[in-house]
Amino acid sequence: MLKIVGLNSYYGNIHVLKDVNIDISEGEIITLIGANGAGKTTTLMSISGLVPPRSGEIYFEGKPIQGMVPDKIVSLGICQVPEGRRIFPYLTVTENLDMGAFLRKDKRVVKNDMEHIFDLFPLLAERRRQAGGTLSGGEQQMLAISRALMARPRLLFLDEPSLGLAPLVIKQIFEIITKINKESNTTIFLVEQNANLALKTAHRGYVMENGRITLSDSAENLFSNEAVKKAYLGL
Amino acid sequence: MTNLKEIQRSLLVSLWFMFLTFPIMVIRVNPLEKVVIWRWYNMLYVGIGSFLLSFVWRYFIRQKELGKKKNETDGQKSFSLSRRAVDDPRAYIPLLSAVACFTIAFPFIFSMYQTNIMITVLIYVMLGLGLNIVVGLAGLLDLGYVAFYAVGAYTYALLNFHYGLGFWTVLPIGAALGALFGILLGFPVLRLRGDYLAIVTLGFGEIIRLILENWNEFSQGPSGIANISKPGFFGIHLSLQNSTIYIYFIMVGLTLFTILVVNRLQNSRIGRAWIALREDEVACQAMGIDKRKTKLTAFALGATWAGMAGVVFAAKTTFINPASFTILESIVILCIVVLGGMGSITGVIAGALVLILLPEYLRAFSEYRLLIFGTMLVIMMVFRPGGIIENVRRTYEFELKEGKELKNED
Repeated sequence: MLKIVGLNSYYGNIHVLKDVNIDISEGEIITLIGANGAGKTTTLMSISGLVPPRSGEIYFEGKPIQGMVPDKIVSLGICQVPEGRRIFPYLTVTENLDMGAFLRKDKRVVKNDMEHIFDLFPLLAERRRQAGGTLSGGEQQMLAISRALMARPRLLFLDEPSLGLAPLVIKQIFEIITKINKESNTTIFLVEQNANLALKTAHRGYVMENGRITLSDSAENLFSNEAVKKAYLGL
Repeated sequence: MTNLKEIQRSLLVSLWFMFLTFPIMVIRVNPLEKVVIWRWYNMLYVGIGSFLLSFVWRYFIRQKELGKKKNETDGQKSFSLSRRAVDDPRAYIPLLSAVACFTIAFPFIFSMYQTNIMITVLIYVMLGLGLNIVVGLAGLLDLGYVAFYAVGAYTYALLNFHYGLGFWTVLPIGAALGALFGILLGFPVLRLRGDYLAIVTLGFGEIIRLILENWNEFSQGPSGIANISKPGFFGIHLSLQNSTIYIYFIMVGLTLFTILVVNRLQNSRIGRAWIALREDEVACQAMGIDKRKTKLTAFALGATWAGMAGVVFAAKTTFINPASFTILESIVILCIVVLGGMGSITGVIAGALVLILLPEYLRAFSEYRLLIFGTMLVIMMVFRPGGIIENVRRTYEFELKEGKELKNED
């Protein structure tokens, strides 16, 4: 579904991503784990066009998408939940969701989808008239995920969904991620620092170190890999 | 007990003020006779004045805090009068008709001088509504807005001077040129926001003014362009008084048109994109909103109204020169938007009324105008940070389908 070949990205003179190769097939949950500053978020940003890569190729369903503007990439069906949630603080929950469906023209289906979201997250339904900024961290993360779902993505990027949340809430969020993947066959690309949970949720994983992919294997194998255990799982 | 504490505090404030103003209020050196005059009575005035002011000030702040607490404990918002007037049809229909009657009757009841002032107010309402799109909705701080106003005014003045084009022909041209310049400014500032954007727009406004002031062959420099024709009424020549009334009604019409369009824009797709852009740019892009297009349309649509207002301004005064389009003008327009209430149409109208009428009727205090202006803004920001009439955004409502009830309905 998504194929990244030899991706190189820079922030000014700083070479962040070095020859990154990633392959994602339809229906998978792929995780990208790594330490702080490894280049995980930059990888997402490069794919979605927010940080245009300097070289390399990105194919989405066979078509090259590198160098495209972000809104064009979203319209192809790649949507991301940005790091730190970034919901619209002064818009209500409903309006936030509505912004997620900005590119869609089928208003009726959007309404149904919103209903579906409220079924999935009953907490959001209760708070649908509240301003986004007044929600708790966990609710905001749910809102951010739902907002991205409103775009009906075929490929969903999640950037650190566990950031700053209580363990119980994190567990809940990850259960929902699995549910989304199973129910609507949405391919999910999960970037996480919490390697333990990420590897339990994902089918396959990539390990990133200093802008390079150093390992790639099935999630179970990575979980039992000695090096990964030592570096990321703290076992 | 608390009262005693308050008095103590105010006493400290007044002592501090007496100390601060001591060199300028008390000591007066007469260099000719080489004597120092000690005006101790001034110190007394400063002391008493600052004591009272600080006492009253803190009293109101306390009241405000009390009100806030009361609202929270009540669990529901107490609606202010202005808000109720906007929400309740029984309140706003008579109110609106009264305003309409007053507006229509205005030029026939009051003198030409008053009508002229009212035209100015309406021009500023239009400018405020235009700037409101850029600042209030899209959240782009534009300090050079007056440049588009100048573009509109000079469009009419020059086209009328060289080619004899009439008001109605130039009105859409002025609007279009305003939009064009809006896009022209928009392109270089696409990547900027906040303070940087404000500085660049400030520069842009000054560039336009300096060009008009120095390019003599084009705009006749600081001496300006005179004898601009007033709008024609189907070829009939109007007397000065009638043409003022005519311009007044043109302006009323244009203002209504502006209100209508801005209101529609606010609730449209592009309006929602502007609001989202104001809140979070990265999230905006992640949602697939075209940042470039959204920003450029905000600049262009905001500038359109300034262009139109400029055309009317030139037609009204029949003489324009670059001195009418200084940075101070931009700031006044910005004050109208901020003071009135960002993003709120009624707020902008109220803001324009206050900020334009007040200086007109306070001519007696004209030397203290800016002082009153500043004090008002400070008081405003402390007691009503949302503006005179806060924006009541029409929120997107979503009703659940029948048969589906929520467990915890709030």
